[in-house]
Amino acid sequence: MNAPEQIVLLRQHLIDPEVCIRCNTCEETCPIDAITHDSRNYVVDPAICNGCNACISPCPTGSIDHWRTLPKTAAYSLEEQFSWDELPVQQEVPDDSMVETAAESAVENVPVEGMQVNAALSPSSTIAPWSAAHPYINLYLNKNPVTATVAGNYRLTAAETESDIHHIVLDFGNQFFPILEGQSIGIIPPGVDENGRPHYIRMYSVASPRNGEREGYNNLSLTVKRVVSDHEGRPVNGIGSNYLCDLQKGGTVQVTGPFGASYLMPNHAGSNILMICTGTGSAPMRAMTEHRRRMFARGEPLPGKLMLFFGSRTPEELPYFGPLLKLPPAFIDMRLAFSRQPDQPRAYVQDKLREAGPAIIELLKGDSYVYICGLKGMEAGVMEALRETCDAAGMDWPALHAQMVRDGRFHVETY
Amino acid sequence: MSTIDYSEKIPNNVNLSEDRTLQRALEHWQPNYLQWWRDMGPDGSNGFDVYLRTAINVTPEGWANFDYVKMPDYRWGIFLSQKDENRKVNFGEHKGESAWQDVPGEHRANLRRMIVTQGDTEPASVEQQRHLGLTAPSNYDLRNLFQINVEEGRHLWAMVYLLHKHFGRDGREEAEALLQRNSGDQDNPRILEAFNEETPDWLAFYMFTYFTDRDGKFQLNALSESGFDPLSRTCRFMLTEEAHHMFVGESGISRVLARTAAIMKQHGIEDPEEVRRHGVIDLPTVQRYLNFHFSVTIDLFGADQSSNAATFYSSGLKGRYEETKRDDDHLLKGGQYKILDIANGQLVEREVPMLNALNEVLRDDYIRDSVAGVARWNRVLEKAGVAFRLVTPHKAFNRHIGTFAGQKVSPDGRVLSEAEWAANVRNWLPSEEDRAYVHSLMGRVVEPGKMANWIAPPPIGINRQAVDFEYVRFN
Repeated sequence: MNAPEQIVLLRQHLIDPEVCIRCNTCEETCPIDAITHDSRNYVVDPAICNGCNACISPCPTGSIDHWRTLPKTAAYSLEEQFSWDELPVQQEVPDDSMVETAAESAVENVPVEGMQVNAALSPSSTIAPWSAAHPYINLYLNKNPVTATVAGNYRLTAAETESDIHHIVLDFGNQFFPILEGQSIGIIPPGVDENGRPHYIRMYSVASPRNGEREGYNNLSLTVKRVVSDHEGRPVNGIGSNYLCDLQKGGTVQVTGPFGASYLMPNHAGSNILMICTGTGSAPMRAMTEHRRRMFARGEPLPGKLMLFFGSRTPEELPYFGPLLKLPPAFIDMRLAFSRQPDQPRAYVQDKLREAGPAIIELLKGDSYVYICGLKGMEAGVMEALRETCDAAGMDWPALHAQMVRDGRFHVETY
Repeated sequence: MSTIDYSEKIPNNVNLSEDRTLQRALEHWQPNYLQWWRDMGPDGSNGFDVYLRTAINVTPEGWANFDYVKMPDYRWGIFLSQKDENRKVNFGEHKGESAWQDVPGEHRANLRRMIVTQGDTEPASVEQQRHLGLTAPSNYDLRNLFQINVEEGRHLWAMVYLLHKHFGRDGREEAEALLQRNSGDQDNPRILEAFNEETPDWLAFYMFTYFTDRDGKFQLNALSESGFDPLSRTCRFMLTEEAHHMFVGESGISRVLARTAAIMKQHGIEDPEEVRRHGVIDLPTVQRYLNFHFSVTIDLFGADQSSNAATFYSSGLKGRYEETKRDDDHLLKGGQYKILDIANGQLVEREVPMLNALNEVLRDDYIRDSVAGVARWNRVLEKAGVAFRLVTPHKAFNRHIGTFAGQKVSPDGRVLSEAEWAANVRNWLPSEEDRAYVHSLMGRVVEPGKMANWIAPPPIGINRQAVDFEYVRFN
C-alpha cells in the first residue's frame, strides 16, 4: 500500500470569540494556566493546553468547546487568536464525526494519551474498575500502524431495513495486539481527502472479548454502521464506515491502538454488570457479555448478574438480535426496546429501565458496574430513569451515582 | 477534594454536621426559605421538570452536573471554593497578615452590612423576575431563566451561611429580614433601588442580566479579594455561577439584534415604525432600554466619593476588581484619581484622593467591561450589514446617586436644562409606548426548538444539547 507521507496533526483547542462572554471562568479553572486573555479575546495556548477538558463544563456559553484539526506546525498562535472576531473554518476534513448514527469519531493523530474521544454529558468514571485486567494502550499509532487481514464481513441487519450494520472480523496473525472488552481501535482509511491529506483515524469499540472473536484466535470484531447521511439527514458517505463495510474477505486494514484505559469490565466473577445501549453502542456490551458467556459455558462459578437494556428501532435493525435471543435467562436478564414497531407504542431503553425498577434496585445495591454506550440523545433519559427508579425506592441516586463515578463503576460513552 | 454530601438536609462542603448549633440554625431557616420560594419564586413553576445544573463538588468536573430537577427540590446548599491555607490579606493596612478565618471584632458592623447588602440583591432579582416564565420566548430561554433563579436563591444561601456562622444573633435576625423584605414593596422594600424596579419583559430581563448581573460580577470579584477568607471563598464560587447569568443577557440581546437585523435586510427597511410592523424590536428601542439599564446599574456602585469605600479598603474588607493582579502598593495612600464634576454648566474632571474614589474606580472598571460587550453586539449588526450601532451612554446620564443626582445630562455628555431634558427624554429612555410595544410581543413559546418571532435561535444549546432539546417539561 502506498502510505502517504505522515503529517503530524494537532487537535487544537480554541474559544469561539463570537459566543464567549469574557467571564474569565475558563482562565480561573485551567489547572495549568493555558488560558489567557487581552482586552479583546480569551485564548488557549497550544503549547500548554493538554486537552484535559477541565474548562469545558464550567463554561457557561459553550464557546469553549471548539477544536480544529490541523498540522501541528500550523497551529494558531496566541497573536492570531487575539485578533479574531470569529473562529476560522475547519480546513481539512468534512466533519462526519458528528454523523448521528456513526460509532466513529474524528480524533487527532497525536497525542493520543489523555484524549477524550467521545465526551459524555454525564459524569463518568475516569478510572477502571478495581479488578479490571491491565490494558495495553497506544501500541500502534499513526507512525507505526499494524496491518490486519479481513477474516469476515457480513451484514447484521435484515436486508430490507435502512440501517446497514456490519460485523467485521479482523485477524492479526502472529502480531501482538492484545485488547480488552470496552477498548477501541483506530482505523486509517486509505487514500487522501479532498485537500490531499491523509484521512484522520476513525475509532471503533471492539465487539469481541479478549481471547478473540473466535476463541483462541488472534482476531477481533467490530460493529460498524454504514453512514449515508449526516445528522440533519443530508446525504453524506461516512469515509470510515463505508470503507469498512465494503471490505472484502482477505483484504487488509491499517489499524492503530489499542485505546482506552477506563471503560473496562470488572474481572471478578461476583460483580454485576448493568449495560445500557442503543444501536452500534452495543459493541462493548457484546464483548463483555461474550466474555462472561464463555465463562458460563465452561461451567465456571459466576455469581455476578448481567443485565442488558438494548434499544433499536425494530428487531430487524438490532445488531446480534438472533444470537442474543439464544442466551439463557439464567445467564442474562435482557430487556429490548423497540421504538418503531408497527402497532406498538414506541419504547425506549429508559422506559424499559423504569419497568425493571425493582430488579435495577437490587442490582445497584450490590457490587455493580454500569456501562452506557450509544447516541448522546439517550443519555439524559437514561440518567433520569435511573434517578426516578432510585427515588421511588428511597435510594439517594445523586450520592450513589457520585460514589460509583469515583469508584470506577459508572462508565458512559456516547457520540 | 471537598465533596458535597447530598444525603444531608443542607448540602454543603463546610462540614456543617460538625457544628450542631449552626446546623440547627440553618435548618430552622430552611423551611422559611422554601416558603419564600413558593410565595415569591417563579410563578406557577413548581411542577416543571427543568434541565438544571447543580454543583456536586466545587472542582471543575463537579460543579456543573446537569439533570432534570423540579425547582422546589433543587439542592440549595453552601459551597465555598477550596481553601488556600497560605492565603494572606492582600491590601490595606493589614496587608501581609494571614487571611482572617473569623470576623475581626472592629470590622464586624461593616462586614455585616456588606454581606446583607449583597445578600439582599439575590432574592430581590428572583422576585423581580417571577412572572417572566409566563412569557418566555422559547423553552430554552425558560430554562435559562429558571437556572438563574435557582442560582440567585443559592447565592442568598451563601450570604445567609456567613451571617449565621459569623454574626451570631444579629446575623440570624438579618437572615430572617432577607426573606421579609420584598422587591417593590411599599413598606418593606429591598435595600438597593435598582432591585425594586420591575423586570417587566424579556428585553428588560436580558438587559438586566447583562448589565446588573455584571455589577454582581464586579462586586463579587471585589469581595472575593477580602481579607475575611470565608467571604472570599464564598464569592469566588458564586462568580462561577454568575457567568451563566451574564451569558443569558449578552446572548439574549445578540439574538434580538440578529433577528431584527435579518428582518430589516429581508424587507430592506430601516424606519423603526416599519420594523415594528414586522413584530420585531426596532433598534432605537433596544438603545433606549440599554440607556436605562446601564444608567440604573452604574448607580449601584455608590457615591463617587465615599469615606466608607476608603475604610472598607484600608481595613482589608473589600478590594478592587482583580486586586491581586494589579501591580501597585495595594495601600493607595498617596494616590489620586480623576472623577467627574459639574462646574459652570460643564462636565469637568477633578482629582481626588484615590482611597475615597474607590467606588468610582470599580464603576470605571465595570464600564470598560460593559462597553466591550456592546462592541460585540455591534458586530452582530455589522455582520448583518446594518449600519445602526449601539452605544453606552455617558456615565453622567440619568444618574440618581452621587454628584450627578438631580442633574440632567444627555447620553453624549452635555449638561442640560430641565426643559431640554423633558423635550428629549423620550428619545433616550424607554417611553410608556416603547414598553407597551415590547410588552405586546411577549407571548409564550415553549415548544422545544420554536422561538418567538422577535428573537433568533441561540447558536448552540445548553451543555451540548441541541437547541430543540426539551429543557423544560411541563408534566
